[in-house]
Amino acid sequence: MIEPILTGLLVGSIHSGTPLLYATLSEVMSERAGIVNLGLEGIMLMGAVVGFATTALTGNAGLGVLAAALAGGLFNLFFGFLVITRRANQLASGLAMMFCGVGLSALLGVSFVGSKIKGLDEIRIPYLSDLPFAGPMFFNYDILVYLAGPIAVLIWWMLFSTRWGLTLRAVGENPSAAFAAGKNPYFVQYQALFIAGMLGGMAGAHLSIALAKTWQEWMTAGRGFIAVALVIFSKWHPLRAVFGSLLFGGAIALQLQMQAWGVPISPFLLDMLPYLLSLGVLAVWGGARRFEAPGSLGRVFQGTE
Amino acid sequence: MKTRRCAMLKIFGILAVLALVLGFSLPESALAQAKLKVGIIHIGSMTDGGYNQAHAEGIAVMKKNLPEVEVIEVENVPETADSERVMESMIKQGAKLIVAASFGYLDPALRVAKKYPDVKFVHPAGYKRAPNLTTYWASTPEAFYLMGIAAGKTTKTNKMGFVCALPVSFFLANVNALHLGARSVNPKVETRIVFTGTFLDPGKEATATNALLDQGCDVVGMIVDSPITVVQTAEKRGAYSVGYHYLGVQKFAPKGWISGVAFTWGGLYTRFAKQVMDGTWKSENILGSLASDMITLAPFGAAVPAEAIKMVSDTKKSFLDGKKEVFAGPIKDNKGAERVKAGEHWSMDNLGKMDWLAEGIIGQTK
Repeated sequence: MIEPILTGLLVGSIHSGTPLLYATLSEVMSERAGIVNLGLEGIMLMGAVVGFATTALTGNAGLGVLAAALAGGLFNLFFGFLVITRRANQLASGLAMMFCGVGLSALLGVSFVGSKIKGLDEIRIPYLSDLPFAGPMFFNYDILVYLAGPIAVLIWWMLFSTRWGLTLRAVGENPSAAFAAGKNPYFVQYQALFIAGMLGGMAGAHLSIALAKTWQEWMTAGRGFIAVALVIFSKWHPLRAVFGSLLFGGAIALQLQMQAWGVPISPFLLDMLPYLLSLGVLAVWGGARRFEAPGSLGRVFQGTE
Repeated sequence: MKTRRCAMLKIFGILAVLALVLGFSLPESALAQAKLKVGIIHIGSMTDGGYNQAHAEGIAVMKKNLPEVEVIEVENVPETADSERVMESMIKQGAKLIVAASFGYLDPALRVAKKYPDVKFVHPAGYKRAPNLTTYWASTPEAFYLMGIAAGKTTKTNKMGFVCALPVSFFLANVNALHLGARSVNPKVETRIVFTGTFLDPGKEATATNALLDQGCDVVGMIVDSPITVVQTAEKRGAYSVGYHYLGVQKFAPKGWISGVAFTWGGLYTRFAKQVMDGTWKSENILGSLASDMITLAPFGAAVPAEAIKMVSDTKKSFLDGKKEVFAGPIKDNKGAERVKAGEHWSMDNLGKMDWLAEGIIGQTK
């Protein structure tokens, strides 16, 4: 009795947590380089629609994921042009990019609404997926789920163990100092935004070609903004982002599972569960530790002339 | 820095004005000599395989029946003051009949209707009217009851699941009807219901469907804007599905499709347009039923046993002959209270007060 409940809950959490994780990693990457990106929702939508369209046209979901990542990256470079080269306000540009992404994705997706695609299927790992208990729990997911954890580790390694990551974090803390050390903050920020855009695009692609296998206008339904909050929750750390997205995705899955179990609690109250849980965790964890936002987050680097 | 920001703001302002002008001044000359112009606004995409596509196909049928009618159709109009502007722009282009095809357009449509008394408005499922605004809907519980019969005969686990946007009385009535229909042929059936709290979040709909399938449900129904995600998720895990809104969803479930309740608005929209043209249009509240041309049952899938199909058509006949009621007592709710006494029935005019779930449905309404 307990096994199917646990399996359902875990699988549900991982499914709803995966797009959140990619999105949170995207935001961690850009905020570590000093750029708040409120346009994440728009990037996810661009990834979702381009990924879905590519899959529908070519029949190849892998190609769809690549196209989604590329679309997200390029779309974010445009944001980069605004906030890095044109030195526009990050919050305003981010919101503008969000609405632009909502509209543009709807426009691009018009002829794909209601299309049927094969999508990313679960990859069953030989032997492991046949294990009792652990098999269906851990070894029956699509490729984007399997990759999510390793990508989080990769980003953690890139940020904290490579010279490139050191430069990137230096730019996020104090771009003038990085500039004085002979680095080009603009170039570093562009790189960060491109990678962040790719991750955001993959977040959208997981929704449209793996989880729901459909394209609907604004189908991300606010996940881009939840991810922005999850970055603060995970204190700008890629590994804590894994925990944060799983917790939040888990709360979404838990409330739906609880309704299916028949738990006699109001569905309205259950729908608030993810947010209540976040509030609870923030209240418990909140104040005591050092605030770890990058020093120059949100500030526009004016150059040194 | 400051001057640059001001300049940017100006540019943004100019762009915004340009966008508004471009967006709301469509060319008029092309539509000059039509006998009637009909404007329709949709809340979502016309190809969503659900609610909006049903309305869009209705308009397409009307256009086919009445080639002399011109149509101005706009998708993705939010239920805000924007919808008023779009309706007014349609009227300025000469539209004399406006279809405000979403529940939330009711108040905007009433405001525009007051401003333009010579233009006729029609609104689906509205609960307020005006001298030039008609409301229309088709009651679906009978059709859901029939789906329940087919589902009750098809299920192997005797568990049905339902993904529902919100616990609204009309939706609860449909879920009750589906469940009662299933129980009428299979008393062992239980139904579990999950509310997603939103009409459009495919990711959440997939997770909700999985949660129901995890509990052993092998039939799922849904009331959300687009049935595609729920139907596909069920199909992938080898479960059956009952569709809603639009006839064409079957392609997403070649194996597990049972049937579906679909709205077919073509006949009604044709009548509206004709009435406006010959001056017989009047403000009324139209409630179609199974007997009308507004509700159609989708073709049955291969999984449904022949015996069930016969039972469905027999029961449909009893409904049409007035010999059977969907909510005929005795009916208890899932908390044990008697809601309909033996020998009585819950009237279809009273669906708006149905705030309970029938015995055997696992779920909370508030």
